[in-house]
Amino acid sequence: MIWDQKHETMDEAGRKKLQGERLSALIKRAYGSVPFYKKKMDELGVKPEDIKGIEDITKLPFLTKTDMRDIYPYGLVAVPLKDIVEIHTSSGTTGTPVVDAYTINDIKIWGEVMARTLAMGGTTSEDTVQNAYGYGLFTGGLGVHYGARTIGANVIPISGGNTLRQLKTMQDFKSTVLTCTPSYSLMLAEIGKEKGIDFKKLPLKVGFLGAEPWSDGMRREIEEKLNIMALDIYGLTEIIGPGVAAECECKKGLHIFDDHFYPEIIDPETGEVLPHGQKGELVFTTLTKEGSPVIRYRTRDITFLIPEKCECGRTSIRMHRILGRTDDMLIIRGVNVFPSQIEEVLMELEGTEPHYQIIVERTGQLDSIEVQVEMTDKLFSDEIKNLEKEEKEIEGALYSALNVHAKVTLVEPKKIPRSEGKAKRIIDKRKI
Amino acid sequence: MDIKQISVFLENKKGRLAEVTGILAKEGINIRALALADTAEFGILRLIVNDTDKAVDVLKDNNFVAQKTDVIAVEIEDKPGGLSLILKIFDENGINIEYMYAFVEKKANNAIVIFKIDDQKKAIESLKKNNISLLTNDILKSL
Repeated sequence: MIWDQKHETMDEAGRKKLQGERLSALIKRAYGSVPFYKKKMDELGVKPEDIKGIEDITKLPFLTKTDMRDIYPYGLVAVPLKDIVEIHTSSGTTGTPVVDAYTINDIKIWGEVMARTLAMGGTTSEDTVQNAYGYGLFTGGLGVHYGARTIGANVIPISGGNTLRQLKTMQDFKSTVLTCTPSYSLMLAEIGKEKGIDFKKLPLKVGFLGAEPWSDGMRREIEEKLNIMALDIYGLTEIIGPGVAAECECKKGLHIFDDHFYPEIIDPETGEVLPHGQKGELVFTTLTKEGSPVIRYRTRDITFLIPEKCECGRTSIRMHRILGRTDDMLIIRGVNVFPSQIEEVLMELEGTEPHYQIIVERTGQLDSIEVQVEMTDKLFSDEIKNLEKEEKEIEGALYSALNVHAKVTLVEPKKIPRSEGKAKRIIDKRKI
Repeated sequence: MDIKQISVFLENKKGRLAEVTGILAKEGINIRALALADTAEFGILRLIVNDTDKAVDVLKDNNFVAQKTDVIAVEIEDKPGGLSLILKIFDENGINIEYMYAFVEKKANNAIVIFKIDDQKKAIESLKKNNISLLTNDILKSL
Protein backbone atom coordinates (compact mmCIF):
# COMPACT_ATOMS: atom_id res chain seq x y z
CA MET A 1 0.00 0.00 0.00
CA ILE A 2 1.28 3.46 -0.92
CA TRP A 3 0.70 5.92 1.94
CA ASP A 4 1.41 9.19 0.12
CA GLN A 5 0.45 8.69 -3.54
CA LYS A 6 1.31 12.26 -4.47
CA HIS A 7 4.89 12.30 -3.20
CA GLU A 8 5.76 8.64 -3.61
CA THR A 9 4.72 8.34 -7.26
CA MET A 10 5.71 11.79 -8.61
CA ASP A 11 7.16 11.94 -12.11
CA GLU A 12 10.84 12.74 -12.47
CA ALA A 13 10.42 16.35 -13.53
CA GLY A 14 7.99 17.13 -10.74
CA ARG A 15 10.26 15.50 -8.19
CA LYS A 16 13.33 17.42 -9.36
CA LYS A 17 11.41 20.69 -9.29
CA LEU A 18 10.15 20.06 -5.76
CA GLN A 19 13.62 19.04 -4.56
CA GLY A 20 15.13 22.17 -6.11
CA GLU A 21 12.59 24.50 -4.52
CA ARG A 22 13.03 22.85 -1.14
CA LEU A 23 16.82 22.93 -1.35
CA SER A 24 16.85 26.58 -2.28
CA ALA A 25 14.59 27.46 0.67
CA LEU A 26 16.66 25.28 3.00
CA ILE A 27 19.90 27.01 2.06
CA LYS A 28 18.38 30.45 2.60
CA ARG A 29 17.19 29.37 6.07
CA ALA A 30 20.46 27.72 7.00
CA TYR A 31 22.67 30.55 5.72
CA GLY A 32 20.57 33.14 7.54
CA SER A 33 20.27 31.45 10.90
CA VAL A 34 23.12 28.93 11.37
CA PRO A 35 26.52 30.70 11.72
CA PHE A 36 28.27 27.38 11.09
CA TYR A 37 26.73 27.03 7.60
CA LYS A 38 27.27 30.72 6.77
CA LYS A 39 30.96 30.42 7.64
CA LYS A 40 31.41 27.24 5.59
CA MET A 41 29.62 28.65 2.55
CA ASP A 42 31.48 31.95 2.78
CA GLU A 43 34.78 30.04 2.82
CA LEU A 44 33.78 28.38 -0.46
CA GLY A 45 32.40 31.65 -1.87
CA VAL A 46 28.88 30.20 -2.31
CA LYS A 47 25.86 32.45 -1.80
CA PRO A 48 22.28 31.24 -1.12
CA GLU A 49 21.18 32.74 -4.47
CA ASP A 50 23.64 30.43 -6.27
CA ILE A 51 21.43 27.48 -5.29
CA LYS A 52 18.57 27.56 -7.78
CA GLY A 53 17.95 23.89 -8.54
CA ILE A 54 18.78 20.50 -7.08
CA GLU A 55 21.79 20.13 -9.41
CA ASP A 56 23.43 23.09 -7.60
CA ILE A 57 23.78 20.93 -4.48
CA THR A 58 27.33 19.96 -5.50
CA LYS A 59 28.44 23.56 -4.87
CA LEU A 60 27.74 23.17 -1.17
CA PRO A 61 30.20 22.07 1.51
CA PHE A 62 30.01 18.66 3.19
CA LEU A 63 29.09 18.13 6.82
CA THR A 64 30.92 15.45 8.80
CA LYS A 65 30.30 13.71 12.07
CA THR A 66 33.29 15.56 13.53
CA ASP A 67 31.68 18.88 12.55
CA MET A 68 28.50 17.86 14.32
CA ARG A 69 30.42 17.01 17.46
CA ASP A 70 32.35 20.27 17.35
CA ILE A 71 29.15 22.29 17.42
CA TYR A 72 27.42 20.20 20.07
CA PRO A 73 24.77 20.69 21.38
CA TYR A 74 22.81 23.37 19.49
CA GLY A 75 25.20 24.40 16.72
CA LEU A 76 22.95 23.31 13.86
CA VAL A 77 19.68 24.65 15.24
CA ALA A 78 18.07 27.03 12.75
CA VAL A 79 15.00 28.14 14.73
CA PRO A 80 14.52 29.88 18.09
CA LEU A 81 14.94 27.26 20.85
CA LYS A 82 11.33 27.82 21.98
CA ASP A 83 10.24 26.22 18.68
CA ILE A 84 12.14 23.01 19.41
CA VAL A 85 9.72 20.42 20.82
CA GLU A 86 11.90 17.32 21.04
CA ILE A 87 15.55 16.33 21.19
CA HIS A 88 17.20 13.03 20.26
CA THR A 89 20.86 12.15 20.33
CA SER A 90 23.02 9.29 19.14
CA SER A 91 24.33 6.91 21.80
CA GLY A 92 27.69 8.66 21.88
CA THR A 93 29.55 5.38 22.31
CA THR A 94 32.31 6.61 20.01
CA GLY A 95 32.53 10.15 21.39
CA THR A 96 30.37 13.23 21.88
CA PRO A 97 26.81 12.40 20.83
CA VAL A 98 25.24 14.09 17.81
CA VAL A 99 22.00 15.99 18.34
CA ASP A 100 18.79 16.08 16.33
CA ALA A 101 16.40 18.89 17.34
CA TYR A 102 12.82 18.74 16.03
CA THR A 103 10.15 21.41 15.56
CA ILE A 104 6.51 20.39 15.67
CA ASN A 105 6.55 20.28 11.86
CA ASP A 106 9.65 18.03 11.87
CA ILE A 107 7.82 15.61 14.16
CA LYS A 108 4.85 15.68 11.79
CA ILE A 109 7.12 14.87 8.83
CA TRP A 110 8.76 12.12 10.87
CA GLY A 111 5.32 10.58 11.45
CA GLU A 112 4.58 10.84 7.72
CA VAL A 113 7.80 9.18 6.50
CA MET A 114 7.43 6.44 9.10
CA ALA A 115 3.80 5.95 8.02
CA ARG A 116 5.11 5.51 4.44
CA THR A 117 7.60 2.97 5.82
CA LEU A 118 5.03 0.93 7.75
CA ALA A 119 2.56 1.08 4.84
CA MET A 120 5.21 -0.52 2.60
CA GLY A 121 4.67 -3.79 4.48
CA GLY A 122 0.89 -3.38 4.42
CA THR A 123 0.36 -1.81 7.85
CA THR A 124 -3.08 -0.19 8.26
CA SER A 125 -5.21 1.12 11.14
CA GLU A 126 -6.34 -2.50 11.67
CA ASP A 127 -2.86 -3.56 12.78
CA THR A 128 -1.20 -3.96 16.15
CA VAL A 129 2.42 -2.81 16.08
CA GLN A 130 4.72 -4.35 18.67
CA ASN A 131 7.45 -1.73 18.80
CA ALA A 132 10.55 -3.36 20.28
CA TYR A 133 12.93 -0.54 19.39
CA GLY A 134 14.20 1.27 22.46
CA TYR A 135 12.24 4.32 23.60
CA GLY A 136 14.26 7.28 24.82
CA LEU A 137 17.00 9.38 23.30
CA PHE A 138 17.46 6.69 20.66
CA THR A 139 15.32 7.58 17.63
CA GLY A 140 14.08 4.05 16.88
CA GLY A 141 11.31 3.77 19.47
CA LEU A 142 9.59 7.12 19.01
CA GLY A 143 10.12 7.18 15.24
CA VAL A 144 8.12 3.97 14.79
CA HIS A 145 5.66 5.20 17.41
CA TYR A 146 4.87 8.40 15.48
CA GLY A 147 4.52 6.46 12.22
CA ALA A 148 2.11 3.94 13.74
CA ARG A 149 0.12 6.80 15.28
CA THR A 150 -0.06 8.59 11.93
CA ILE A 151 -1.50 5.44 10.36
CA GLY A 152 -3.85 4.96 13.28
CA ALA A 153 -2.55 1.50 14.12
CA ASN A 154 -2.54 0.21 17.69
CA VAL A 155 1.02 0.61 18.94
CA ILE A 156 2.39 -1.40 21.84
CA PRO A 157 5.35 0.65 23.16
CA ILE A 158 7.08 -2.37 24.70
CA SER A 159 10.58 -1.02 23.90
CA GLY A 160 13.64 -3.27 23.61
CA GLY A 161 14.65 -6.31 25.66
CA ASN A 162 12.78 -8.60 28.06
CA THR A 163 12.35 -11.39 25.53
CA LEU A 164 9.86 -13.48 27.50
CA ARG A 165 7.57 -10.50 27.94
CA GLN A 166 7.88 -9.75 24.22
CA LEU A 167 6.75 -13.28 23.41
CA LYS A 168 3.87 -13.17 25.87
CA THR A 169 2.74 -9.76 24.54
CA MET A 170 2.93 -11.02 20.99
CA GLN A 171 0.56 -13.89 21.86
CA ASP A 172 -1.79 -12.05 24.24
CA PHE A 173 -2.30 -8.92 22.13
CA LYS A 174 -2.03 -10.70 18.77
CA SER A 175 0.62 -8.36 17.37
CA THR A 176 0.64 -8.29 13.58
CA VAL A 177 3.66 -6.02 13.04
CA LEU A 178 7.05 -6.32 14.71
CA THR A 179 9.66 -3.55 14.77
CA CYS A 180 13.13 -4.29 16.14
CA THR A 181 16.69 -5.02 15.03
CA PRO A 182 17.16 -8.06 12.75
CA SER A 183 19.34 -9.82 15.31
CA TYR A 184 16.73 -9.32 18.00
CA SER A 185 14.03 -10.78 15.75
CA LEU A 186 16.15 -13.93 15.45
CA MET A 187 16.54 -14.06 19.21
CA LEU A 188 12.75 -13.85 19.59
CA ALA A 189 12.46 -16.71 17.08
CA GLU A 190 14.97 -18.88 18.92
CA ILE A 191 13.69 -18.30 22.45
CA GLY A 192 10.12 -18.62 21.16
CA LYS A 193 10.94 -21.99 19.65
CA GLU A 194 12.49 -23.16 22.92
CA LYS A 195 9.30 -22.13 24.71
CA GLY A 196 7.24 -24.17 22.25
CA ILE A 197 5.68 -21.24 20.39
CA ASP A 198 4.47 -22.09 16.89
CA PHE A 199 4.90 -18.82 14.96
CA LYS A 200 2.75 -20.20 12.15
CA LYS A 201 -0.20 -19.98 14.50
CA LEU A 202 0.46 -16.33 15.45
CA PRO A 203 -1.03 -13.47 13.40
CA LEU A 204 2.38 -11.75 13.09
CA LYS A 205 2.83 -10.93 9.40
CA VAL A 206 5.57 -8.38 8.87
CA GLY A 207 8.76 -7.14 10.52
CA PHE A 208 10.42 -3.75 9.93
CA LEU A 209 13.98 -4.44 10.85
CA GLY A 210 16.86 -2.00 10.92
CA ALA A 211 19.49 -0.14 12.92
CA GLU A 212 22.20 -2.67 12.01
CA PRO A 213 23.50 -4.20 8.79
CA TRP A 214 22.12 -7.59 7.73
CA SER A 215 22.00 -9.80 4.66
CA ASP A 216 19.50 -11.53 2.39
CA GLY A 217 20.52 -14.85 3.93
CA MET A 218 19.59 -13.54 7.35
CA ARG A 219 16.29 -12.28 5.90
CA ARG A 220 15.40 -15.77 4.69
CA GLU A 221 16.19 -17.19 8.12
CA ILE A 222 14.02 -14.59 9.88
CA GLU A 223 11.15 -15.03 7.42
CA GLU A 224 11.20 -18.78 7.80
CA LYS A 225 11.55 -18.90 11.57
CA LEU A 226 9.03 -16.17 12.41
CA ASN A 227 6.75 -16.87 9.44
CA ILE A 228 6.71 -13.18 8.45
CA MET A 229 7.83 -10.87 5.65
CA ALA A 230 11.02 -9.13 6.81
CA LEU A 231 11.71 -5.64 5.43
CA ASP A 232 14.82 -3.53 5.86
CA ILE A 233 14.47 0.03 7.12
CA TYR A 234 17.18 2.66 7.23
CA GLY A 235 17.70 5.84 9.14
CA LEU A 236 20.13 7.74 11.28
CA THR A 237 19.89 10.20 14.13
CA GLU A 238 21.72 12.92 12.21
CA ILE A 239 19.01 12.96 9.50
CA ILE A 240 15.77 12.22 11.40
CA GLY A 241 16.03 8.70 12.84
CA PRO A 242 14.23 5.81 11.12
CA GLY A 243 12.15 6.89 8.12
CA VAL A 244 14.93 7.91 5.74
CA ALA A 245 14.52 4.87 3.48
CA ALA A 246 12.65 1.55 3.53
CA GLU A 247 12.07 -1.56 1.47
CA CYS A 248 8.74 -2.19 -0.19
CA GLU A 249 7.32 -5.68 -0.69
CA CYS A 250 9.45 -6.14 -3.84
CA LYS A 251 12.55 -6.23 -1.60
CA LYS A 252 14.70 -4.78 -4.35
CA GLY A 253 16.43 -1.97 -2.55
CA LEU A 254 15.22 0.67 -0.11
CA HIS A 255 13.06 3.56 -1.33
CA ILE A 256 14.58 6.81 -0.14
CA PHE A 257 12.00 9.43 0.82
CA ASP A 258 13.86 11.82 -1.43
CA ASP A 259 11.31 14.61 -1.35
CA HIS A 260 12.59 15.11 2.22
CA PHE A 261 16.05 13.52 2.24
CA TYR A 262 18.13 14.03 -0.87
CA PRO A 263 20.80 11.36 -1.42
CA GLU A 264 24.16 11.53 -3.20
CA ILE A 265 26.91 8.95 -3.54
CA ILE A 266 30.47 10.22 -3.34
CA ASP A 267 33.94 8.80 -3.56
CA PRO A 268 34.99 8.71 0.12
CA GLU A 269 38.57 9.62 -0.80
CA THR A 270 38.01 12.56 -3.16
CA GLY A 271 34.47 13.75 -2.34
CA GLU A 272 33.58 13.57 -6.03
CA VAL A 273 29.91 12.74 -6.78
CA LEU A 274 29.62 9.30 -8.42
CA PRO A 275 27.10 8.26 -11.08
CA HIS A 276 24.09 6.09 -10.15
CA GLY A 277 24.99 2.46 -9.74
CA GLN A 278 28.50 3.11 -8.51
CA LYS A 279 29.41 2.17 -4.95
CA GLY A 280 30.47 4.92 -2.58
CA GLU A 281 29.66 6.89 0.55
CA LEU A 282 26.05 7.90 1.06
CA VAL A 283 25.45 11.64 1.63
CA PHE A 284 22.14 13.18 2.75
CA THR A 285 20.60 16.64 2.73
CA THR A 286 17.41 17.20 4.73
CA LEU A 287 15.37 19.27 2.29
CA THR A 288 12.50 20.11 4.64
CA LYS A 289 13.94 19.99 8.12
CA GLU A 290 13.47 23.09 10.27
CA GLY A 291 14.97 22.29 13.69
CA SER A 292 18.48 21.13 12.84
CA PRO A 293 18.84 21.12 9.05
CA VAL A 294 21.58 18.95 7.66
CA ILE A 295 23.38 19.80 4.42
CA ARG A 296 25.40 17.13 2.60
CA TYR A 297 26.01 14.97 5.65
CA ARG A 298 28.55 12.22 5.06
CA THR A 299 26.97 9.12 6.61
CA ARG A 300 30.04 6.88 6.24
CA ASP A 301 27.63 4.18 5.01
CA ILE A 302 28.56 2.54 1.73
CA THR A 303 25.91 1.74 -0.88
CA PHE A 304 24.82 2.62 -4.42
CA LEU A 305 21.68 4.23 -5.87
CA ILE A 306 19.13 2.50 -8.11
CA PRO A 307 17.32 5.08 -10.28
CA GLU A 308 15.06 2.66 -12.23
CA LYS A 309 11.38 2.73 -11.40
CA CYS A 310 10.30 0.02 -8.95
CA GLU A 311 7.62 -2.56 -9.77
CA CYS A 312 5.60 -1.30 -6.78
CA GLY A 313 4.81 1.93 -8.61
CA ARG A 314 6.85 4.25 -6.39
CA THR A 315 9.13 6.58 -8.32
CA SER A 316 11.45 7.57 -5.47
CA ILE A 317 15.10 6.64 -5.94
CA ARG A 318 16.22 3.45 -4.22
CA MET A 319 19.45 2.48 -2.51
CA HIS A 320 20.92 -0.99 -2.14
CA ARG A 321 21.00 -2.22 1.44
CA ILE A 322 24.04 -0.84 3.25
CA LEU A 323 27.15 -2.72 2.09
CA GLY A 324 29.39 -1.53 4.88
CA ARG A 325 30.93 1.47 6.55
CA THR A 326 33.76 3.61 5.29
CA ASP A 327 35.28 2.97 8.74
CA ASP A 328 35.33 -0.81 8.37
CA MET A 329 36.03 -0.91 4.67
CA LEU A 330 39.28 -2.73 4.05
CA ILE A 331 41.44 -1.95 1.09
CA ILE A 332 43.18 -5.17 0.11
CA ARG A 333 45.56 -4.83 -2.82
CA GLY A 334 43.56 -1.89 -4.07
CA VAL A 335 40.21 -3.68 -3.81
CA ASN A 336 37.53 -2.43 -1.42
CA VAL A 337 36.38 -5.26 0.81
CA PHE A 338 33.47 -5.08 3.24
CA PRO A 339 32.88 -7.59 6.03
CA SER A 340 29.21 -7.67 5.00
CA GLN A 341 30.18 -9.23 1.65
CA ILE A 342 31.93 -12.05 3.46
CA GLU A 343 28.91 -12.58 5.68
CA GLU A 344 26.68 -12.73 2.61
CA VAL A 345 28.83 -15.48 1.05
CA LEU A 346 28.83 -17.56 4.24
CA MET A 347 25.05 -17.27 4.55
CA GLU A 348 24.63 -18.42 0.95
CA LEU A 349 26.82 -21.52 1.23
CA GLU A 350 25.43 -24.79 2.49
CA GLY A 351 26.70 -25.71 5.94
CA THR A 352 28.51 -22.53 6.91
CA GLU A 353 27.30 -20.10 9.56
CA PRO A 354 27.89 -16.36 9.65
CA HIS A 355 30.42 -16.55 12.45
CA TYR A 356 33.68 -15.37 11.00
CA GLN A 357 36.69 -13.25 11.68
CA ILE A 358 38.89 -11.50 9.17
CA ILE A 359 42.61 -11.27 9.76
CA VAL A 360 44.55 -8.90 7.55
CA GLU A 361 48.32 -9.09 7.34
CA ARG A 362 51.02 -7.61 5.22
CA THR A 363 53.96 -9.72 4.13
CA GLY A 364 56.51 -7.58 2.34
CA GLN A 365 54.41 -5.30 0.16
CA LEU A 366 51.53 -7.69 -0.22
CA ASP A 367 48.34 -7.69 1.82
CA SER A 368 46.71 -10.98 2.63
CA ILE A 369 43.38 -11.80 4.21
CA GLU A 370 42.52 -14.87 6.17
CA VAL A 371 38.89 -15.61 6.88
CA GLN A 372 38.32 -17.87 9.85
CA VAL A 373 35.13 -19.87 9.54
CA GLU A 374 33.65 -22.04 12.25
CA MET A 375 33.28 -25.76 11.65
CA THR A 376 29.68 -27.01 11.81
CA ASP A 377 28.08 -30.45 11.94
CA LYS A 378 26.93 -30.00 8.36
CA LEU A 379 30.34 -29.02 7.09
CA PHE A 380 32.29 -31.71 8.88
CA SER A 381 33.66 -34.79 7.23
CA ASP A 382 36.05 -37.28 8.79
CA GLU A 383 38.32 -37.15 5.79
CA ILE A 384 41.00 -34.48 5.39
CA LYS A 385 40.57 -34.31 1.63
CA ASN A 386 36.89 -33.38 1.97
CA LEU A 387 37.65 -30.64 4.47
CA GLU A 388 40.35 -29.25 2.23
CA LYS A 389 37.88 -29.32 -0.65
CA GLU A 390 35.39 -27.36 1.44
CA GLU A 391 38.01 -24.74 2.27
CA LYS A 392 38.69 -24.39 -1.44
CA GLU A 393 34.97 -24.05 -2.18
CA ILE A 394 34.54 -21.26 0.37
CA GLU A 395 37.66 -19.59 -1.00
CA GLY A 396 36.22 -19.80 -4.52
CA ALA A 397 32.88 -18.30 -3.44
CA LEU A 398 34.70 -15.51 -1.58
CA TYR A 399 36.86 -14.78 -4.60
CA SER A 400 33.88 -14.36 -6.89
CA ALA A 401 32.25 -11.97 -4.41
CA LEU A 402 35.33 -9.96 -3.38
CA ASN A 403 37.59 -10.14 -6.44
CA VAL A 404 40.51 -10.73 -4.16
CA HIS A 405 41.85 -13.99 -2.81
CA ALA A 406 41.10 -14.75 0.83
CA LYS A 407 42.56 -17.75 2.59
CA VAL A 408 39.97 -19.74 4.51
CA THR A 409 40.82 -21.45 7.78
CA LEU A 410 38.36 -23.74 9.51
CA VAL A 411 38.23 -23.28 13.27
CA GLU A 412 36.41 -25.10 16.06
CA PRO A 413 32.83 -24.06 16.91
CA LYS A 414 32.30 -21.13 19.30
CA LYS A 415 35.97 -20.15 18.97
CA ILE A 416 35.09 -16.82 17.37
CA PRO A 417 34.00 -14.37 20.06
CA ARG A 418 30.25 -13.65 20.12
CA SER A 419 29.11 -10.17 20.82
CA GLU A 420 25.77 -8.70 21.83
CA GLY A 421 26.24 -5.51 19.87
CA LYS A 422 28.81 -4.74 17.27
CA ALA A 423 30.91 -7.83 16.68
CA LYS A 424 34.65 -7.49 16.28
CA ARG A 425 35.01 -8.90 12.81
CA ILE A 426 38.35 -7.56 11.71
CA ILE A 427 41.82 -7.95 13.10
CA ASP A 428 44.09 -5.73 11.06
CA LYS A 429 47.70 -6.63 11.79
CA ARG A 430 49.12 -4.42 9.04
CA LYS A 431 51.57 -1.78 10.15
CA ILE A 432 51.32 0.95 7.57
CA MET B 1 29.65 -55.58 10.80
CA ASP B 2 30.23 -51.86 10.91
CA ILE B 3 32.11 -50.44 13.86
CA LYS B 4 31.24 -47.02 15.19
CA GLN B 5 34.15 -44.64 15.30
CA ILE B 6 34.02 -41.05 16.54
CA SER B 7 35.58 -38.34 14.38
CA VAL B 8 36.35 -35.00 16.03
CA PHE B 9 37.39 -31.74 14.41
CA LEU B 10 40.40 -30.15 16.10
CA GLU B 11 42.40 -27.04 15.43
CA ASN B 12 46.07 -27.84 15.09
CA LYS B 13 46.98 -26.03 18.29
CA LYS B 14 48.63 -26.81 21.58
CA GLY B 15 46.40 -28.51 24.11
CA ARG B 16 43.49 -29.41 21.85
CA LEU B 17 44.02 -33.17 22.04
CA ALA B 18 44.53 -32.97 25.79
CA GLU B 19 41.18 -31.24 26.14
CA VAL B 20 39.37 -34.03 24.31
CA THR B 21 41.01 -36.82 26.29
CA GLY B 22 40.42 -34.84 29.49
CA ILE B 23 36.68 -34.57 28.79
CA LEU B 24 36.44 -38.31 28.03
CA ALA B 25 38.43 -39.22 31.15
CA LYS B 26 36.16 -37.12 33.35
CA GLU B 27 33.13 -38.96 31.99
CA GLY B 28 34.75 -42.37 32.54
CA ILE B 29 34.96 -43.14 28.83
CA ASN B 30 37.75 -45.49 27.84
CA ILE B 31 39.61 -45.03 24.57
CA ARG B 32 40.27 -48.36 22.77
CA ALA B 33 42.10 -46.96 19.78
CA LEU B 34 42.99 -43.57 18.41
CA ALA B 35 44.48 -42.00 15.32
CA LEU B 36 45.07 -38.42 14.33
CA ALA B 37 45.19 -37.06 10.79
CA ASP B 38 46.37 -33.51 10.45
CA THR B 39 47.21 -30.60 8.20
CA ALA B 40 49.08 -27.46 9.22
CA GLU B 41 45.88 -25.86 10.51
CA PHE B 42 43.50 -28.56 11.61
CA GLY B 43 43.23 -32.22 12.35
CA ILE B 44 40.69 -35.00 12.59
CA LEU B 45 40.86 -37.16 15.66
CA ARG B 46 39.48 -40.67 15.18
CA LEU B 47 38.54 -42.64 18.24
CA ILE B 48 37.12 -46.02 19.15
CA VAL B 49 35.67 -45.87 22.67
CA ASN B 50 33.65 -48.10 24.97
CA ASP B 51 30.58 -45.80 24.92
CA THR B 52 30.26 -44.11 21.56
CA ASP B 53 26.93 -42.31 22.09
CA LYS B 54 27.93 -40.86 25.42
CA ALA B 55 31.29 -39.72 24.05
CA VAL B 56 29.63 -37.89 21.14
CA ASP B 57 27.19 -36.22 23.54
CA VAL B 58 29.79 -34.97 25.99
CA LEU B 59 32.05 -33.72 23.21
CA LYS B 60 29.15 -31.82 21.62
CA ASP B 61 28.25 -30.36 25.01
CA ASN B 62 31.79 -29.03 25.12
CA ASN B 63 31.41 -27.32 21.72
CA PHE B 64 33.31 -29.85 19.63
CA VAL B 65 32.11 -31.01 16.25
CA ALA B 66 32.00 -34.79 16.75
CA GLN B 67 30.37 -37.36 14.51
CA LYS B 68 29.93 -41.10 14.37
CA THR B 69 31.52 -42.75 11.35
CA ASP B 70 31.16 -46.35 10.15
CA VAL B 71 34.44 -48.23 9.84
CA ILE B 72 35.35 -51.91 9.81
CA ALA B 73 37.67 -53.74 12.19
CA VAL B 74 39.66 -56.83 11.25
CA GLU B 75 41.60 -59.03 13.64
CA ILE B 76 44.87 -60.29 12.18
CA GLU B 77 47.70 -62.35 13.53
CA ASP B 78 50.48 -60.22 14.97
CA LYS B 79 53.18 -61.64 12.69
CA PRO B 80 54.91 -60.73 9.40
CA GLY B 81 52.50 -60.82 6.46
CA GLY B 82 49.36 -60.37 8.56
CA LEU B 83 48.39 -57.00 7.18
CA SER B 84 49.72 -57.77 3.72
CA LEU B 85 47.17 -60.56 3.36
CA ILE B 86 44.24 -58.21 3.96
CA LEU B 87 45.59 -55.47 1.71
CA LYS B 88 46.10 -58.00 -1.06
CA ILE B 89 42.43 -58.97 -0.89
CA PHE B 90 41.40 -55.32 -1.10
CA ASP B 91 43.74 -54.73 -3.99
CA GLU B 92 42.50 -57.70 -5.96
CA ASN B 93 38.90 -56.57 -5.50
CA GLY B 94 39.59 -52.96 -6.45
CA ILE B 95 38.75 -51.66 -2.98
CA ASN B 96 40.09 -48.25 -2.05
CA ILE B 97 41.12 -47.50 1.55
CA GLU B 98 40.40 -43.96 2.74
CA TYR B 99 42.48 -44.42 5.88
CA MET B 100 43.47 -47.06 8.42
CA TYR B 101 45.09 -47.48 11.81
CA ALA B 102 46.01 -50.43 14.00
CA PHE B 103 46.41 -51.45 17.62
CA VAL B 104 47.47 -54.63 19.42
CA GLU B 105 45.01 -56.61 21.45
CA LYS B 106 46.09 -57.51 24.97
CA LYS B 107 44.46 -60.94 25.47
CA ALA B 108 45.12 -62.81 22.25
CA ASN B 109 48.21 -60.98 21.06
CA ASN B 110 46.49 -60.24 17.79
CA ALA B 111 46.53 -56.93 15.94
CA ILE B 112 43.32 -55.14 15.19
CA VAL B 113 43.19 -52.95 12.10
CA ILE B 114 40.52 -50.31 11.57
CA PHE B 115 39.70 -49.46 7.96
CA LYS B 116 37.64 -46.67 6.47
CA ILE B 117 36.68 -47.72 2.98
CA ASP B 118 34.64 -45.91 0.36
CA ASP B 119 32.65 -49.06 -0.45
CA GLN B 120 32.35 -50.66 2.97
CA LYS B 121 29.81 -53.31 1.83
CA LYS B 122 32.04 -54.61 -0.94
CA ALA B 123 35.00 -54.77 1.46
CA ILE B 124 33.04 -56.80 3.97
CA GLU B 125 31.90 -59.26 1.28
CA SER B 126 35.38 -59.81 -0.09
CA LEU B 127 36.83 -60.38 3.39
CA LYS B 128 34.10 -62.89 4.18
CA LYS B 129 34.76 -64.77 0.94
CA ASN B 130 38.36 -65.19 2.11
CA ASN B 131 37.21 -66.42 5.54
CA ILE B 132 38.48 -63.38 7.36
CA SER B 133 36.29 -62.48 10.29
CA LEU B 134 35.30 -58.99 11.17
CA LEU B 135 34.98 -57.68 14.68
CA THR B 136 31.66 -56.40 15.92
CA ASN B 137 31.06 -53.44 18.21
CA ASP B 138 30.36 -55.80 21.10
CA ILE B 139 33.58 -57.76 20.73
CA LEU B 140 35.57 -54.59 20.37
CA LYS B 141 34.06 -53.09 23.51
CA SER B 142 34.73 -56.24 25.53
CA LEU B 143 38.42 -56.36 24.68
